[in-house]
Amino acid sequence: MNAVHVLLYFIMSLAAFSVCGMMAMWVDRKVTARLQFRVGPPWYQNFADFAKLAGKETLIPGKASIFMFVFAPVIAVTAAAMCGAVLLLVFRTGFGFPGDVILLLYLLTVPSLAIILGGSSSGNVLASVGISREMKLLLGYELPFACALIIPAVRSGATTSLVEILRFQQANGITLGSISGVIGFLIAVFALQGKIGLVPFDLAEAEGELAGGAFIEYSGILLGLFKLAKAILLIVGPLFVVTLYFGGINFSSVTGVIAGILKYLLILVLFVLVKNTNPRLRIDQALKFYWGWMTLFGIIGILLAVKGL
Amino acid sequence: MSLKIKALKKSLWVYHMSGGSCNNCDIEILACLDPRFDIERFGMTLVGSPRHADVLLCTGIINKKCVERVKEVYAQTAKPCVVVAIGACSCSGGIFRDGYQMGGPLDKLIPVDIYIPGCPPKPEAMIAGIVKLLEKLK
Repeated sequence: MNAVHVLLYFIMSLAAFSVCGMMAMWVDRKVTARLQFRVGPPWYQNFADFAKLAGKETLIPGKASIFMFVFAPVIAVTAAAMCGAVLLLVFRTGFGFPGDVILLLYLLTVPSLAIILGGSSSGNVLASVGISREMKLLLGYELPFACALIIPAVRSGATTSLVEILRFQQANGITLGSISGVIGFLIAVFALQGKIGLVPFDLAEAEGELAGGAFIEYSGILLGLFKLAKAILLIVGPLFVVTLYFGGINFSSVTGVIAGILKYLLILVLFVLVKNTNPRLRIDQALKFYWGWMTLFGIIGILLAVKGL
Repeated sequence: MSLKIKALKKSLWVYHMSGGSCNNCDIEILACLDPRFDIERFGMTLVGSPRHADVLLCTGIINKKCVERVKEVYAQTAKPCVVVAIGACSCSGGIFRDGYQMGGPLDKLIPVDIYIPGCPPKPEAMIAGIVKLLEKLK
Protein backbone atom coordinates (compact mmCIF):
# COMPACT_ATOMS: atom_id res chain seq x y z
CA MET A 1 0.00 0.00 0.00
CA ASN A 2 1.63 3.24 -1.08
CA ALA A 3 0.79 6.83 -0.25
CA VAL A 4 -1.70 7.28 -3.11
CA HIS A 5 -3.66 4.24 -1.99
CA VAL A 6 -3.76 5.52 1.58
CA LEU A 7 -4.98 8.92 0.40
CA LEU A 8 -7.65 7.41 -1.86
CA TYR A 9 -8.80 5.13 0.94
CA PHE A 10 -9.00 8.08 3.31
CA ILE A 11 -11.02 10.20 0.85
CA MET A 12 -13.41 7.32 0.18
CA SER A 13 -14.01 6.70 3.87
CA LEU A 14 -14.44 10.45 4.44
CA ALA A 15 -17.16 10.54 1.78
CA ALA A 16 -18.86 7.37 3.04
CA PHE A 17 -18.84 8.48 6.68
CA SER A 18 -20.06 11.97 5.75
CA VAL A 19 -23.10 10.56 3.95
CA CYS A 20 -23.82 8.01 6.71
CA GLY A 21 -23.25 10.63 9.42
CA MET A 22 -25.71 13.05 7.87
CA MET A 23 -28.29 10.29 7.61
CA ALA A 24 -27.64 9.45 11.28
CA MET A 25 -28.18 13.12 12.13
CA TRP A 26 -31.45 12.99 10.23
CA VAL A 27 -32.51 9.93 12.28
CA ASP A 28 -31.67 11.96 15.39
CA ARG A 29 -33.75 14.95 14.26
CA LYS A 30 -36.65 12.82 13.02
CA VAL A 31 -36.88 10.70 16.19
CA THR A 32 -36.66 13.88 18.28
CA ALA A 33 -39.51 15.39 16.26
CA ARG A 34 -41.66 12.27 16.59
CA LEU A 35 -41.05 12.22 20.36
CA GLN A 36 -42.37 15.79 20.49
CA PHE A 37 -45.41 14.87 18.33
CA ARG A 38 -44.01 16.80 15.36
CA VAL A 39 -43.48 15.60 11.79
CA GLY A 40 -39.81 16.47 11.50
CA PRO A 41 -37.53 17.35 8.59
CA PRO A 42 -37.29 15.39 5.31
CA TRP A 43 -34.42 12.90 4.82
CA TYR A 44 -32.27 15.24 2.72
CA GLN A 45 -32.37 18.02 5.31
CA ASN A 46 -28.76 17.79 6.48
CA PHE A 47 -27.45 17.61 2.91
CA ALA A 48 -29.43 20.76 2.09
CA ASP A 49 -28.02 22.45 5.21
CA PHE A 50 -24.47 21.58 4.19
CA ALA A 51 -24.97 22.69 0.57
CA LYS A 52 -26.46 25.96 1.76
CA LEU A 53 -23.61 26.61 4.21
CA ALA A 54 -21.11 25.86 1.43
CA GLY A 55 -22.76 28.52 -0.73
CA LYS A 56 -22.87 31.21 1.91
CA GLU A 57 -20.46 33.99 2.68
CA THR A 58 -17.70 33.03 5.11
CA LEU A 59 -16.99 35.83 7.56
CA ILE A 60 -13.72 36.00 9.48
CA PRO A 61 -13.99 38.30 12.52
CA GLY A 62 -11.48 41.11 12.79
CA LYS A 63 -10.10 39.93 16.13
CA ALA A 64 -9.59 36.35 14.98
CA SER A 65 -6.29 34.60 14.46
CA ILE A 66 -6.96 33.72 10.83
CA PHE A 67 -4.80 30.61 10.41
CA MET A 68 -6.19 28.72 13.42
CA PHE A 69 -9.73 29.98 12.77
CA VAL A 70 -9.71 28.51 9.25
CA PHE A 71 -7.81 25.32 10.01
CA ALA A 72 -9.62 24.19 13.17
CA PRO A 73 -12.72 22.88 11.29
CA VAL A 74 -10.46 21.11 8.78
CA ILE A 75 -8.60 19.41 11.63
CA ALA A 76 -11.90 18.36 13.23
CA VAL A 77 -13.24 16.76 10.05
CA THR A 78 -9.94 15.07 9.24
CA ALA A 79 -9.57 13.54 12.69
CA ALA A 80 -13.19 12.36 12.79
CA ALA A 81 -12.89 10.77 9.35
CA MET A 82 -9.57 9.19 10.34
CA CYS A 83 -11.33 7.38 13.23
CA GLY A 84 -13.81 6.05 10.70
CA ALA A 85 -11.05 4.92 8.34
CA VAL A 86 -9.30 3.04 11.15
CA LEU A 87 -12.55 1.34 12.22
CA LEU A 88 -13.33 0.29 8.63
CA LEU A 89 -9.85 -1.21 8.30
CA VAL A 90 -10.43 -3.16 11.51
CA PHE A 91 -13.78 -4.52 10.27
CA ARG A 92 -12.28 -5.67 6.97
CA THR A 93 -8.91 -6.78 8.48
CA GLY A 94 -7.74 -7.56 4.94
CA PHE A 95 -4.71 -5.34 5.42
CA GLY A 96 -3.58 -7.16 8.53
CA PHE A 97 -4.12 -3.96 10.49
CA PRO A 98 -4.28 -4.52 14.26
CA GLY A 99 -6.06 -1.23 15.10
CA ASP A 100 -5.17 -0.02 18.54
CA VAL A 101 -7.76 1.11 21.10
CA ILE A 102 -5.38 3.81 22.33
CA LEU A 103 -5.00 5.22 18.80
CA LEU A 104 -8.77 5.67 18.58
CA LEU A 105 -8.86 7.20 22.06
CA TYR A 106 -6.39 9.81 20.81
CA LEU A 107 -8.14 10.42 17.50
CA LEU A 108 -11.55 10.84 19.15
CA THR A 109 -10.07 13.57 21.38
CA VAL A 110 -8.82 15.64 18.42
CA PRO A 111 -12.24 17.02 17.24
CA SER A 112 -12.86 18.41 20.76
CA LEU A 113 -9.39 19.95 20.71
CA ALA A 114 -10.14 21.46 17.30
CA ILE A 115 -13.32 23.02 18.69
CA ILE A 116 -11.27 24.47 21.55
CA LEU A 117 -8.67 25.84 19.09
CA GLY A 118 -11.28 27.30 16.76
CA GLY A 119 -13.35 28.85 19.52
CA SER A 120 -10.34 30.38 21.28
CA SER A 121 -8.96 31.86 18.04
CA SER A 122 -12.25 33.55 17.15
CA GLY A 123 -11.77 36.28 19.74
CA ASN A 124 -15.33 36.25 21.05
CA VAL A 125 -16.17 36.35 24.77
CA LEU A 126 -19.07 33.90 24.53
CA ALA A 127 -16.88 31.53 22.51
CA SER A 128 -14.25 31.61 25.24
CA VAL A 129 -16.88 30.67 27.85
CA GLY A 130 -17.93 27.84 25.50
CA ILE A 131 -14.41 26.52 25.09
CA SER A 132 -13.70 26.69 28.80
CA ARG A 133 -16.73 24.43 29.30
CA GLU A 134 -15.65 22.16 26.45
CA MET A 135 -12.22 21.83 28.06
CA LYS A 136 -13.65 20.90 31.46
CA LEU A 137 -16.05 18.48 29.82
CA LEU A 138 -13.15 16.89 27.91
CA LEU A 139 -11.26 16.37 31.17
CA GLY A 140 -14.47 15.00 32.68
CA TYR A 141 -15.47 12.35 30.18
CA GLU A 142 -11.99 11.11 29.22
CA LEU A 143 -11.54 9.36 32.58
CA PRO A 144 -14.71 7.18 32.52
CA PHE A 145 -14.28 6.68 28.76
CA ALA A 146 -10.81 5.25 29.39
CA CYS A 147 -12.36 2.93 32.02
CA ALA A 148 -14.93 1.82 29.44
CA LEU A 149 -12.12 1.00 27.00
CA ILE A 150 -10.07 -0.89 29.59
CA ILE A 151 -12.96 -3.26 30.45
CA PRO A 152 -13.16 -5.07 27.05
CA ALA A 153 -9.38 -4.92 26.74
CA VAL A 154 -8.97 -6.70 30.08
CA ARG A 155 -11.71 -9.22 29.31
CA SER A 156 -10.12 -10.31 26.05
CA GLY A 157 -6.80 -11.19 27.66
CA ALA A 158 -5.16 -7.80 28.26
CA THR A 159 -4.82 -6.74 24.61
CA THR A 160 -5.34 -3.25 23.19
CA SER A 161 -5.74 -4.51 19.61
CA LEU A 162 -9.28 -4.05 18.28
CA VAL A 163 -8.90 -7.10 16.01
CA GLU A 164 -7.98 -9.26 19.00
CA ILE A 165 -10.97 -7.92 20.96
CA LEU A 166 -13.25 -8.76 17.99
CA ARG A 167 -11.77 -12.30 17.72
CA PHE A 168 -12.24 -12.87 21.44
CA GLN A 169 -15.90 -11.79 21.14
CA GLN A 170 -16.45 -14.12 18.17
CA ALA A 171 -15.08 -17.05 20.18
CA ASN A 172 -16.53 -16.32 23.65
CA GLY A 173 -19.67 -14.24 23.04
CA ILE A 174 -20.01 -10.45 23.04
CA THR A 175 -18.65 -8.29 25.87
CA LEU A 176 -22.15 -7.01 26.68
CA GLY A 177 -23.10 -10.51 27.83
CA SER A 178 -21.31 -10.06 31.17
CA ILE A 179 -21.84 -7.82 34.23
CA SER A 180 -18.67 -5.81 33.64
CA GLY A 181 -19.69 -5.49 29.98
CA VAL A 182 -23.08 -3.97 30.86
CA ILE A 183 -21.44 -1.49 33.24
CA GLY A 184 -18.80 -0.58 30.67
CA PHE A 185 -21.39 -0.17 27.91
CA LEU A 186 -23.46 2.29 29.94
CA ILE A 187 -20.35 4.29 30.85
CA ALA A 188 -19.26 4.38 27.20
CA VAL A 189 -22.69 5.61 26.08
CA PHE A 190 -22.70 8.46 28.63
CA ALA A 191 -19.11 9.43 27.86
CA LEU A 192 -19.83 9.50 24.11
CA GLN A 193 -22.85 11.67 24.76
CA GLY A 194 -20.46 14.25 26.17
CA LYS A 195 -17.96 13.72 23.35
CA ILE A 196 -20.54 14.30 20.61
CA GLY A 197 -22.12 17.14 22.59
CA LEU A 198 -25.69 15.86 22.78
CA VAL A 199 -28.16 17.51 25.05
CA PRO A 200 -27.49 16.70 28.70
CA PHE A 201 -23.85 17.60 27.99
CA ASP A 202 -24.16 20.25 25.26
CA LEU A 203 -22.75 22.94 27.53
CA ALA A 204 -20.16 24.05 25.01
CA GLU A 205 -22.80 24.98 22.41
CA ALA A 206 -25.60 26.01 24.79
CA GLU A 207 -27.83 27.76 22.23
CA GLY A 208 -29.94 29.35 24.95
CA GLU A 209 -27.27 31.15 26.92
CA LEU A 210 -24.08 31.16 24.80
CA ALA A 211 -25.74 31.54 21.37
CA GLY A 212 -23.73 28.74 19.77
CA GLY A 213 -20.77 28.81 22.19
CA ALA A 214 -17.50 27.91 20.49
CA PHE A 215 -19.16 28.12 17.05
CA ILE A 216 -20.63 31.60 17.56
CA GLU A 217 -18.31 33.37 15.09
CA TYR A 218 -18.29 30.61 12.49
CA SER A 219 -20.27 31.03 9.30
CA GLY A 220 -20.47 29.54 5.82
CA ILE A 221 -18.39 26.52 4.88
CA LEU A 222 -16.33 26.59 8.10
CA LEU A 223 -19.48 26.13 10.17
CA GLY A 224 -20.53 23.42 7.71
CA LEU A 225 -17.26 21.57 8.30
CA PHE A 226 -17.80 21.66 12.07
CA LYS A 227 -21.34 20.30 11.58
CA LEU A 228 -19.86 17.61 9.31
CA ALA A 229 -17.32 16.65 11.98
CA LYS A 230 -20.16 16.30 14.50
CA ALA A 231 -22.09 14.17 12.02
CA ILE A 232 -19.11 11.88 11.45
CA LEU A 233 -18.55 11.61 15.22
CA LEU A 234 -22.20 10.65 15.61
CA ILE A 235 -21.51 7.58 13.50
CA VAL A 236 -17.91 6.82 14.51
CA GLY A 237 -18.49 6.98 18.28
CA PRO A 238 -21.33 4.44 18.40
CA LEU A 239 -19.46 2.22 15.87
CA PHE A 240 -16.51 2.17 18.25
CA VAL A 241 -18.81 1.02 21.06
CA VAL A 242 -20.33 -1.58 18.69
CA THR A 243 -16.80 -2.88 18.06
CA LEU A 244 -15.90 -3.07 21.73
CA TYR A 245 -19.17 -4.34 23.19
CA PHE A 246 -21.37 -5.79 20.41
CA GLY A 247 -18.86 -7.80 18.39
CA GLY A 248 -18.42 -5.32 15.54
CA ILE A 249 -19.91 -5.45 12.06
CA ASN A 250 -19.37 -8.44 9.80
CA PHE A 251 -18.98 -7.15 6.23
CA SER A 252 -18.71 -10.61 4.64
CA SER A 253 -22.47 -11.37 4.53
CA VAL A 254 -25.69 -9.39 4.02
CA THR A 255 -27.18 -10.51 7.34
CA GLY A 256 -23.98 -9.43 9.08
CA VAL A 257 -24.24 -5.92 7.63
CA ILE A 258 -27.95 -5.65 8.53
CA ALA A 259 -27.25 -6.88 12.06
CA GLY A 260 -24.44 -4.33 12.31
CA ILE A 261 -26.73 -1.48 11.23
CA LEU A 262 -29.35 -2.59 13.77
CA LYS A 263 -26.72 -2.63 16.53
CA TYR A 264 -25.68 0.87 15.52
CA LEU A 265 -29.29 2.15 15.40
CA LEU A 266 -29.93 0.69 18.87
CA ILE A 267 -27.15 2.84 20.35
CA LEU A 268 -28.23 5.89 18.30
CA VAL A 269 -31.84 5.65 19.52
CA LEU A 270 -30.54 5.26 23.08
CA PHE A 271 -28.62 8.54 22.58
CA VAL A 272 -31.73 10.28 21.24
CA LEU A 273 -33.91 9.05 24.09
CA VAL A 274 -31.44 10.26 26.73
CA LYS A 275 -31.15 13.54 24.83
CA ASN A 276 -34.88 14.15 24.78
CA THR A 277 -35.67 13.25 28.36
CA ASN A 278 -32.97 15.24 30.14
CA PRO A 279 -32.34 18.97 30.53
CA ARG A 280 -28.87 20.42 30.20
CA LEU A 281 -26.56 19.99 33.19
CA ARG A 282 -24.43 22.72 34.71
CA ILE A 283 -20.69 22.21 34.20
CA ASP A 284 -20.09 21.33 37.87
CA GLN A 285 -22.94 18.80 37.78
CA ALA A 286 -21.49 17.26 34.61
CA LEU A 287 -18.03 16.98 36.17
CA LYS A 288 -19.47 15.47 39.36
CA PHE A 289 -21.39 12.97 37.25
CA TYR A 290 -18.33 11.91 35.25
CA TRP A 291 -15.66 11.98 37.95
CA GLY A 292 -17.99 10.66 40.65
CA TRP A 293 -20.47 7.97 39.72
CA MET A 294 -19.20 7.12 36.26
CA THR A 295 -15.58 6.67 37.33
CA LEU A 296 -16.62 4.72 40.43
CA PHE A 297 -18.68 2.34 38.28
CA GLY A 298 -15.80 2.20 35.80
CA ILE A 299 -13.37 1.05 38.49
CA ILE A 300 -15.91 -1.53 39.75
CA GLY A 301 -16.30 -2.71 36.14
CA ILE A 302 -12.55 -3.08 35.69
CA LEU A 303 -12.26 -5.08 38.94
CA LEU A 304 -15.12 -7.36 37.80
CA ALA A 305 -13.44 -7.75 34.40
CA VAL A 306 -10.16 -8.74 36.07
CA LYS A 307 -12.11 -11.38 38.03
CA GLY A 308 -13.51 -12.57 34.68
CA LEU A 309 -17.16 -11.66 35.37
CA MET B 1 -32.19 28.06 -10.46
CA SER B 2 -28.73 27.39 -9.04
CA LEU B 3 -28.02 24.74 -6.43
CA LYS B 4 -27.05 27.50 -4.00
CA ILE B 5 -30.53 29.06 -4.02
CA LYS B 6 -32.23 25.66 -4.10
CA ALA B 7 -30.38 24.58 -0.95
CA LEU B 8 -31.08 27.95 0.68
CA LYS B 9 -34.81 27.53 0.10
CA LYS B 10 -34.75 24.13 1.76
CA SER B 11 -32.82 25.21 4.81
CA LEU B 12 -33.63 28.66 6.17
CA TRP B 13 -32.00 29.26 9.55
CA VAL B 14 -33.73 31.97 11.45
CA TYR B 15 -32.22 34.48 13.84
CA HIS B 16 -34.81 36.19 15.94
CA MET B 17 -34.07 39.77 16.90
CA SER B 18 -36.28 41.70 19.27
CA GLY B 19 -36.04 45.46 18.84
CA GLY B 20 -38.07 46.44 21.85
CA SER B 21 -41.21 44.44 21.25
CA CYS B 22 -43.94 43.67 23.77
CA ASN B 23 -43.04 39.95 23.47
CA ASN B 24 -46.33 38.99 21.85
CA CYS B 25 -44.87 38.55 18.36
CA ASP B 26 -41.98 36.58 19.88
CA ILE B 27 -44.41 34.15 21.47
CA GLU B 28 -46.21 33.72 18.14
CA ILE B 29 -42.87 33.05 16.40
CA LEU B 30 -42.15 30.26 18.87
CA ALA B 31 -45.65 28.92 18.22
CA CYS B 32 -44.53 28.21 14.62
CA LEU B 33 -42.10 25.60 15.99
CA ASP B 34 -44.65 23.66 18.03
CA PRO B 35 -46.37 20.40 16.99
CA ARG B 36 -49.33 22.19 15.36
CA PHE B 37 -47.33 24.15 12.78
CA ASP B 38 -43.84 22.51 12.94
CA ILE B 39 -41.88 24.57 10.42
CA GLU B 40 -38.91 22.21 10.89
CA ARG B 41 -40.73 20.18 8.20
CA PHE B 42 -39.42 22.78 5.75
CA GLY B 43 -35.95 22.87 7.28
CA MET B 44 -36.35 26.05 9.29
CA THR B 45 -34.76 26.21 12.72
CA LEU B 46 -33.97 28.96 15.18
CA VAL B 47 -30.24 29.60 15.62
CA GLY B 48 -28.50 31.52 18.37
CA SER B 49 -25.94 33.55 16.44
CA PRO B 50 -26.48 35.99 13.53
CA ARG B 51 -23.40 34.47 11.86
CA HIS B 52 -25.39 31.25 11.30
CA ALA B 53 -28.56 32.94 10.10
CA ASP B 54 -30.20 33.18 6.67
CA VAL B 55 -33.28 35.05 7.88
CA LEU B 56 -33.45 37.93 10.35
CA LEU B 57 -36.84 38.15 12.03
CA CYS B 58 -37.25 41.57 13.60
CA THR B 59 -40.05 42.32 16.02
CA GLY B 60 -41.07 45.50 17.79
CA ILE B 61 -40.60 49.18 17.11
CA ILE B 62 -36.84 49.55 16.89
CA ASN B 63 -36.33 51.82 19.86
CA LYS B 64 -33.54 54.37 19.97
CA LYS B 65 -31.23 52.13 22.03
CA CYS B 66 -31.68 49.35 19.49
CA VAL B 67 -30.97 51.28 16.28
CA GLU B 68 -27.19 50.76 16.34
CA ARG B 69 -27.61 47.11 17.43
CA VAL B 70 -29.97 46.30 14.59
CA LYS B 71 -27.57 47.75 12.04
CA GLU B 72 -24.69 45.85 13.69
CA VAL B 73 -26.55 42.52 13.65
CA TYR B 74 -27.46 43.03 10.00
CA ALA B 75 -23.79 43.69 9.20
CA GLN B 76 -22.75 40.57 11.13
CA THR B 77 -25.08 38.25 9.25
CA ALA B 78 -23.52 36.13 6.52
CA LYS B 79 -24.98 37.09 3.13
CA PRO B 80 -27.21 36.17 1.33
CA CYS B 81 -29.71 36.89 4.08
CA VAL B 82 -33.28 38.13 4.06
CA VAL B 83 -34.92 40.44 6.58
CA VAL B 84 -38.49 39.93 7.73
CA ALA B 85 -40.40 42.59 9.66
CA ILE B 86 -42.88 40.85 11.97
CA GLY B 87 -45.83 42.66 13.49
CA ALA B 88 -47.38 46.07 13.09
CA CYS B 89 -44.65 47.75 15.16
CA SER B 90 -41.67 46.82 13.02
CA CYS B 91 -43.65 47.27 9.77
CA SER B 92 -44.88 50.79 10.46
CA GLY B 93 -44.52 51.70 14.10
CA GLY B 94 -48.09 50.72 15.00
CA ILE B 95 -49.59 52.58 17.91
CA PHE B 96 -46.13 53.71 19.02
CA ARG B 97 -45.25 55.55 15.82
CA ASP B 98 -45.34 58.98 17.52
CA GLY B 99 -43.66 57.75 20.70
CA TYR B 100 -40.54 59.49 22.02
CA GLN B 101 -38.55 56.22 21.94
CA MET B 102 -39.34 55.36 18.32
CA GLY B 103 -36.15 54.67 16.34
CA GLY B 104 -37.68 52.67 13.51
CA PRO B 105 -39.62 51.50 11.65
CA LEU B 106 -37.28 48.76 10.51
CA ASP B 107 -37.14 49.69 6.81
CA LYS B 108 -35.63 53.07 7.67
CA LEU B 109 -32.57 51.25 9.05
CA ILE B 110 -31.96 48.12 6.95
CA PRO B 111 -33.48 46.79 3.69
CA VAL B 112 -36.58 44.70 4.46
CA ASP B 113 -37.72 41.89 2.13
CA ILE B 114 -41.06 40.85 3.61
CA TYR B 115 -43.58 42.61 5.86
CA ILE B 116 -45.90 40.49 8.00
CA PRO B 117 -48.39 42.83 9.70
CA GLY B 118 -50.65 41.98 12.61
CA CYS B 119 -50.69 42.59 16.34
CA PRO B 120 -49.45 39.91 16.71
CA PRO B 121 -49.57 38.10 13.34
CA LYS B 122 -50.90 34.55 13.58
CA PRO B 123 -48.47 31.69 12.90
CA GLU B 124 -50.52 31.00 9.74
CA ALA B 125 -49.82 34.54 8.57
CA MET B 126 -46.11 34.10 9.21
CA ILE B 127 -46.03 30.84 7.26
CA ALA B 128 -47.91 32.52 4.40
CA GLY B 129 -45.31 35.28 4.49
CA ILE B 130 -42.46 32.76 4.38
CA VAL B 131 -44.08 31.07 1.36
CA LYS B 132 -44.11 34.42 -0.44
CA LEU B 133 -40.47 34.87 0.57
CA LEU B 134 -39.56 31.48 -0.94
CA GLU B 135 -41.22 32.50 -4.20
CA LYS B 136 -39.23 35.71 -4.16
CA LEU B 137 -35.87 33.95 -3.72
CA LYS B 138 -34.64 33.30 -7.24
